[in-house]
Amino acid sequence: MLNETENLFRGLLGSEAVHRTSPADAVSAVQPQFIVEPATEQQLAAALRLAHESKLAVIPRGGGTKLSWGNPPSRADLLLSTARLNRVLEHAWADLTVTIGAGCTIQTLQQTLAQHGQRLALDPLWPEKATVGGILSTNDSGALRLRFGALRDLIIGVTIALPDGTLASSGGKVVKNVAGYDLPKLATGALGTLGVITRAVFRLHPLPRNTRSFSVSAGHPDQAQKLVLAIQDSKLAHVALQIHFRAETPPSLDVLFEGPEAGLDAQATQLRSLCQSAGISEASPNVWNARQNLWPPPNSAAGVALGDSPEAFPLAIAKISILPADLAGTIALIRRAADSSHLRWKSLLYATGLGWLRLEGPAENVHHALISLRRNLEKSGGSLALLHRPAAFPAFDAWGTPADSLPLMQAVKRQLDPSHILNPGRFLSGL
Amino acid sequence: MLTGMPLDGRIVHEFRSILGHSGVISSPEELHTYECDGLTNFRVMPCAVLLPTSTEQVQAIVHICHREKIPFVARGSGTGLSGGALPVENGIVLSLARMNRILEVDIPNARVVVEPGVINLDVTGRVQGHEYFYAPDPSSQSVCSIGGNVAENSGGAHCLKYGFTTTHVLGLEVVLPDGSLVHLGGKTLDTPGYDLAGVFVGSEGTLGVATKIILRIVKRPECVRTLLAAFPSTNEAGAAVSGIIAAGMLPAAIEMMDNLAIQAAEAAVHANYPDCGGLLLVELDGPVAEVEALLIHVEEISRSNGAWEIRVAQTDAERALVWKGRKAAFAAVGRISPNYIVQDGVIPRTALPQVMSEIERLSKENGLRVANVFHAGDGNLHPLVLYDRRIPGQEDAALALSFKILELCIAAGGSITGEHGVGEEKKSMMGKMFAEPDLATMQRVRCAFDPFQLSNPTKVFPTPRLCGEKPGEYVPHPLETAGLAERF
Ligand SMILES: Cc1cc2nc3c(=O)[nH]c(=O)nc-3n(C[C@H](O)[C@H](O)[C@H](O)COP(=O)(O)OP(=O)(O)OC[C@H]3O[C@@H](n4cnc5c(N)ncnc54)[C@H](O)[C@@H]3O)c2cc1C
Repeated sequence: MLNETENLFRGLLGSEAVHRTSPADAVSAVQPQFIVEPATEQQLAAALRLAHESKLAVIPRGGGTKLSWGNPPSRADLLLSTARLNRVLEHAWADLTVTIGAGCTIQTLQQTLAQHGQRLALDPLWPEKATVGGILSTNDSGALRLRFGALRDLIIGVTIALPDGTLASSGGKVVKNVAGYDLPKLATGALGTLGVITRAVFRLHPLPRNTRSFSVSAGHPDQAQKLVLAIQDSKLAHVALQIHFRAETPPSLDVLFEGPEAGLDAQATQLRSLCQSAGISEASPNVWNARQNLWPPPNSAAGVALGDSPEAFPLAIAKISILPADLAGTIALIRRAADSSHLRWKSLLYATGLGWLRLEGPAENVHHALISLRRNLEKSGGSLALLHRPAAFPAFDAWGTPADSLPLMQAVKRQLDPSHILNPGRFLSGL
Repeated sequence: MLTGMPLDGRIVHEFRSILGHSGVISSPEELHTYECDGLTNFRVMPCAVLLPTSTEQVQAIVHICHREKIPFVARGSGTGLSGGALPVENGIVLSLARMNRILEVDIPNARVVVEPGVINLDVTGRVQGHEYFYAPDPSSQSVCSIGGNVAENSGGAHCLKYGFTTTHVLGLEVVLPDGSLVHLGGKTLDTPGYDLAGVFVGSEGTLGVATKIILRIVKRPECVRTLLAAFPSTNEAGAAVSGIIAAGMLPAAIEMMDNLAIQAAEAAVHANYPDCGGLLLVELDGPVAEVEALLIHVEEISRSNGAWEIRVAQTDAERALVWKGRKAAFAAVGRISPNYIVQDGVIPRTALPQVMSEIERLSKENGLRVANVFHAGDGNLHPLVLYDRRIPGQEDAALALSFKILELCIAAGGSITGEHGVGEEKKSMMGKMFAEPDLATMQRVRCAFDPFQLSNPTKVFPTPRLCGEKPGEYVPHPLETAGLAERF
């Protein structure tokens, strides 16, 4: 049976594009049978259609850095790799746009753009491995989001392949465009459950002429909260603002400025006067690696999913979303949940209200803490998504309680992936 | 089913029992007001206009529409320029004008929650005391509604830097076409699940009725400087725009007007613009030191591209006057021509000189004047095709010309609409911009929201699609087969 199906894929894509998997290809301990690597978008769409007809569960894969995000798949037969769709198709630098294959890594993209002094104004995790399709599907964004927005604000066009073999484009190549529905936003953050992204078009920003980072120490979370709100309510033109909270040490803030030299000096002066009593110092740009540093170092030798070595690290990493004025309150909740479960913790929150939480300790205790934390965050309109879970973790839905729009989301899913072959079980409520 | 039966008295009675007498308009004289939006050459008489004052009333109305399969069209202020709020035959119009309360102002979190009938400028009005503003600023902002802005994903001059409506809408309460109530997005970012708020914004009333909108507001920048530069023609002005962008600057706004548009603006509001072939209006905002440095740079770039006069507005009053001329440009064209059509194409910025000369050629060929106003920073053209309805055949010729301009935009890799929407007017152009599978996929999304096609059913898409139909597989776009274009 397996051979038969495999041969169909070989016939469609050529033998060099179809491989058996190894244990390193497992997705959250679920083992797919084979990998296909289509060379073109048309091939990818055809492969997806064949998978659909053969009733195979498909896990789209880019760089494989975030395959463990979300719930473990309920089934996984086929890894559909975008690795060969890795070209920068058109860098229209004078128009500040780029059209790019979904399998291109962020690092390659940024290097290409930098030749013309431009960038995708986003700081996703593991840029050397993460691909365009992967960051889009997981909606990965970092500290720069405060100023430049998330991927939803940067993507202007998308092409997706659907399980019936349709290859559909929407949006376009111009920054401003309202013709038709905004499917680039639908594909962004859908965790590959509606279609497989084959290419994207982004609006770009110039690389900054100069940047300066500052760190401000705050005595306690309430002071950190006050500082964040004061900076946000000021006329400073900072591009990023993050706050480190840890169990043992007082919180500290990092502020990033970009712009012409003259402007930056004035900004620094204003920041100093705004922070008054708090200690402030110039910081290294490395402070902006803080998010990635929450994860264990990548296991590059084995080439498996980054951070997917739970034995060595009994830890959980969650993304949380709250209102910017609830930072201090949220830290109090985290501290209480962590303390009562005897966990070590560390949290990095952004002025946007998004943040990351790292909990370390026995799986049962982490589980307990996450349940109570999620309940409290959801009560005040926030959310908690579990991205990285320890081995042997008790059942815990990665995404949380769906809104009243779940039936509508299910209807969208039915329209695009009616037989649930794309990433089954991984996303919110089985979408 | 695309159109329902004419309303019977029983249903009108049911509407009255929900909305009271003042909430149901059904007399022909009064209905006339609603037979078109800002695009006046399409007109359809609705069966009734309903004026709910609450989400519950909207739900009750839509429940009835769903039960009786009566199509409905939501309407904000009726300023749309693509016929989005044009009634559909045998349908009702659901006016949100009375749902105009600002429900919540949350300064620390920079959020404002509004009902859909709130006027765009009133949001800024409510928060400016705290030195915040609502960034999307369509020229119609003193009259258009947030609900309409959401449906059209409206833009404005300052969207170059701050983003369009969609960037500023965090959450929505929506009455779906079956009358159920859902919440999309929210006050916090990245709510779990699909970004359906992102899909709803810009869907032109075809996916349901927004009854509550959570907006993001923005702190006012430390300073704002507005510069006017006069060029011999739009080509030089366009080159200056490219120069500014290439220098790595992101001004708050870059607007351009050609000579005909300048004449019109002068006649209407005496903005005191220099008389030139291409006028550039550049606004920089941000920290003082940065803005002052960049302003000098913009002046240099302008001069080196042939600007012969450069003025920087010295006072708020001067700045306001500069903007008044630009924002009045559409209406102002009425001073120099009895009738005109506003188009809304988008091109990659770099295609500007080529597309402009093509427009000029088309204008000469057809013997019709075209005035040009652009959001030059993002390549959004507003060609205004001037004509006289009283001259037989001229209206049709003007319409045809405006569509030829859109075809130029598509050929240049652009779009048929940057902010006004497809609506009724441009749905026939959708098939030229998108391939069949692209449109079919959008329609599948529509079927998820509105399986009976009741919500503004005849708009946006060139051909209706029954929701049971099985979608076909990928067929190459005509341009692709001809080797003329890659996908997009
Ligand atoms: C002089 C002038 C200048 C303009 N300048 C600009 C400009 O600079 N930028 C720009 O983008 N536009 C501009 N416009 C176009 C227009 O003002 C915008 O499209 C505006 O957003 C329409 O708002 P409205 O309240 O008038 O909506 P309407 O015209 O009433 O409706 C527009 C669409 O929204 C739908 N709709 C309305 N309310 C809801 C709701 N609550 N839920 C779901 N759907 C709804 C309608 O069905 C319709 O499809 C201009 C128009 C004029 C007349």
